[in-house]
Amino acid sequence: MTTQYILFFSLALISVVSALGMLFSRNAVYAALYLVMNFASVAVFFLLLNAPFIAIAQVSVYAGAIMVLFLFVIMLLGAEQTGPQQAIVWQRPVAVILGLILAAEVGYILLSQFGFIPPGSAEIADSFGSPATVGVDLFTSYLLPFEITSVLLLVAIVGAIVLTKVERNTDQERK
Amino acid sequence: MFLSEVTSPGGFFYLVPLVVFFPVAGLLINIILGSKFSEKMIGLVACLAPGLSFAVSVLLAISLSWYPEGVTIPFLDWISVGELELPWAFRVDTLSVTMMLVVSGVGTLIHIYAVGYMHEDVRHNGDPKRYQRFFVYFNLFIAAMMLLVSADNYLMLFVGWEGVGLCSYLLIGFWYEKGKDGIGNAIAGKKAFITNRIGDFGFLIASFLMFWYFKSFSFDVVFEKAPEVAAAAPGVIFAMTMFMLLGVTGKSAQLPLFVWLPDAMAGPTPVSALIHAATMVTAGVYLVARSYALYVLVPEAQTWVAIVGGVTALFAATIAVGQFDIKKVLAYSTISQLGFMVAAVGMGAFVAGMFHLVTHAFFKALLFLSSGSVIQGLERGHHAVEHDPLLRKRLKSEHHFDPQDMRNMGGLRNRMKTTFWVYLIGALALAGIFPLAGFWSKDEILAEALHLNPAVYWLLTIAAFFTAFYMGRQIIMVFFGEPKSEPAAQAQESPAVMTTPLIVLAVLSLFGGFLNLPFIHTFTNWLEHTIPLEEAVEATGEVAAATPGYMFGGLNLIVAGVSFGLALIAIAVSWYFYTRRTAEMQKLPANKRPDDPLRGVLGPVFTVLENKYWVDELYWAVIVNPYVVISRFLAEKVDWAFWHDFFHDKIIVGGYNGLTWLLSKPIDTSFIDGIANGLGQGTQELAATMRKMQSGFVRNYALSVFIGVVVIIGYLVLQLR
Amino acid sequence: MLPVYYYVGLSAVLFIIGALGVLIRRNAIVIFMSVELMLNAANLVFVAYARYYQAMDGQIFVFFVMTVAAAEVAVGLALIVAIFKAKNSINVDQISTLKG
Repeated sequence: MTTQYILFFSLALISVVSALGMLFSRNAVYAALYLVMNFASVAVFFLLLNAPFIAIAQVSVYAGAIMVLFLFVIMLLGAEQTGPQQAIVWQRPVAVILGLILAAEVGYILLSQFGFIPPGSAEIADSFGSPATVGVDLFTSYLLPFEITSVLLLVAIVGAIVLTKVERNTDQERK
Repeated sequence: MFLSEVTSPGGFFYLVPLVVFFPVAGLLINIILGSKFSEKMIGLVACLAPGLSFAVSVLLAISLSWYPEGVTIPFLDWISVGELELPWAFRVDTLSVTMMLVVSGVGTLIHIYAVGYMHEDVRHNGDPKRYQRFFVYFNLFIAAMMLLVSADNYLMLFVGWEGVGLCSYLLIGFWYEKGKDGIGNAIAGKKAFITNRIGDFGFLIASFLMFWYFKSFSFDVVFEKAPEVAAAAPGVIFAMTMFMLLGVTGKSAQLPLFVWLPDAMAGPTPVSALIHAATMVTAGVYLVARSYALYVLVPEAQTWVAIVGGVTALFAATIAVGQFDIKKVLAYSTISQLGFMVAAVGMGAFVAGMFHLVTHAFFKALLFLSSGSVIQGLERGHHAVEHDPLLRKRLKSEHHFDPQDMRNMGGLRNRMKTTFWVYLIGALALAGIFPLAGFWSKDEILAEALHLNPAVYWLLTIAAFFTAFYMGRQIIMVFFGEPKSEPAAQAQESPAVMTTPLIVLAVLSLFGGFLNLPFIHTFTNWLEHTIPLEEAVEATGEVAAATPGYMFGGLNLIVAGVSFGLALIAIAVSWYFYTRRTAEMQKLPANKRPDDPLRGVLGPVFTVLENKYWVDELYWAVIVNPYVVISRFLAEKVDWAFWHDFFHDKIIVGGYNGLTWLLSKPIDTSFIDGIANGLGQGTQELAATMRKMQSGFVRNYALSVFIGVVVIIGYLVLQLR
Repeated sequence: MLPVYYYVGLSAVLFIIGALGVLIRRNAIVIFMSVELMLNAANLVFVAYARYYQAMDGQIFVFFVMTVAAAEVAVGLALIVAIFKAKNSINVDQISTLKG
């Protein structure tokens, strides 16, 4: 049991630290890399929670595709640094206070529920979380959302192209 | 329709509503279609109306000769409230049919005369549109008078009473823009109306008393119950009859309310003839005759009525001696003759009074119409003179030529022959010369007076003397001698449409007396069915038998002889003064010549008579002027100055203005507007403040979302507790 | 496995950090990355409860969240590129002309 706790807390620590790092770093690229680390630690969490498919999907989609895209754009725009001036002075303290309040609230909820949630069972089927299981559910119970998601992706592609294509047309018309 | 309820004994009684409705139809046709009719058509319609009423009256008279007790024909239910039942019913009995015949018969003749008279008149005096209006009013009068005489109860009588008063007012002021100062005629009409109103007040009080004690207005009920009420409360019947006397003095122009009749001569001559000689003024006499059952119960009231009649007769006869206007003489003569009638019915000689009413209608209408013919003859002469340059020079016109002044007339006997003869017949009838109509009727009154009330007999006899005198005076001044003015010399006779009714009336004046000859007593028997005179006849019979000269079946030869002799003497005296004395007067130089021979004889007495004892001035000073002064004071000082200017304007209006200022300025403008505007302004300022939330920064919006999340979760957490 | 509320607590912490990132950072891309962090924290809770109740629905849901997040990133970054072309800056404070 304790190995699990040690494993959990160390991974949790990595996770939180990387998140904070993303929060505080001035350089956008560093922030992106911190986020990648966060994603990786969360992927390990997924593995611990008997969700291997999701874990690999996390790594390949989030860390592999989405963050790469982020880094592309950061490089493209040359947006590593932003100016130090704060337009709204009071925003930061208020946000921090609110964050702390929310944390307090969540902590209160969890602590008050401490004794009421029975622990989960340790035994679990081997096939739980396997790609086969995910696939079966995906293509039977959740077929419709699956198909709609594909449409959604199509829309996103079209949208992305449309949003960046307009400029070029006006340039050509001006000529 | 309603008449089917009547179990009429037969005859033509059911036709009686037509006597009222023929004139009403006539006036309605003339009102609605008159403006499109020619004058002849209007006149024809207007004359047909009373003519047809006369025909119906004749039929009723024939029916009555079969059933002399008379019937009541109910027409419709007018008032039905509580104990009071007032149907509009027509009473057909000998008394009312007598009146109907007189009114419609004489009325038709006067209408025909008026067709000619008004034709001339509207050309001299006013615009032709007036023709239609005249005949509408004339027919309205006939309708109202018929209503009066055919009524079955006192209230319907009063409706007719008021109706004739209204028509009198309308017709006296017919030329409303003429007269003294441009409103003299209107004032005369107003005077007639107001004086009549005072009389009506008397009538109303009497009818209130009647309702209180009898609980009904119907003749039958009242006369039946009268003896019991008289026994129970004797003062009531006396009061009732005395108040009715007040009404009679108003309508029939007796002392003290006679003052309107001479002024009423301002109206056209046919009006004077019809309303103020033959019909309306006799309504009072009719009222007393109809109420005989009440009067015989209170001899004191009877005495009062007789005295009033007698004194008025003498009083007015003396005034007539001093008048110069041809119509004024006739007006005072009418008052005097009405005094005869009122005295007669007051004493209890109802038949004599009604007989005199009928004959007086004949000859007084004749006299008035003839005087109208004379006046128009003079106007035609004046017209001719004005248009002839030769004659114009001879016209002495320092002042306005008055065609009605007898001092401008004279010698018309030759120029207006028909008018002269009919006038003469009328005058002799009025003076009481045998065997004309006035002799018989006046003599009957005198005979009754002798043994019923000797004081009244003397009053009436002296009045008869003066009557003959002033009529002689008038005839001689107008028709004999030399013409005293150029228009008189050029006067022209009236057309046939006017002279024919005169001839008819002259015939009636000649032979009308034969209605009630001694021994035959047609009229007495006729009226007896309505006015049962058994008690009166017996009483008078006893007394009469004791009186000397009573023989010849009701004709008292001594009385007749005395009155006839006095009349002849009076005419001889007038002849003396106005023929011989006038000729002597003409020899005097013009500036010393008095206008009337009597001035020399009577001196200041004549002036008093000429000014009619200054009765009008007395009334003005004692009654009218104080009233006017008080009302002016109340109107100007109290009503306008105090009430209106001060109280109304300052206090009410000022207070109201102040209050509205208060409400508008500090309350509405400052306070309420302040609130309203303040709301708007506050909203604007609030919005200006709230607008700052839209900072434009996305992060702020995200923060607000986050705040919301935190708050909601906080609420849920607190719920967990 | 550990009691599930450990995972919930961790997820909450990650979520709060992501929210703070959205609120505090001015760089548009970093804000976007904070949004991804928040989504990720939600994914963690889903999977934890899927394991706890031994139901696959949680994991299927994570699948869909990831897909949607990917699509959203694509469009969002295209937007940011477009805005950069117009404003030549990715400081969100400078995109504030729509104010009252």
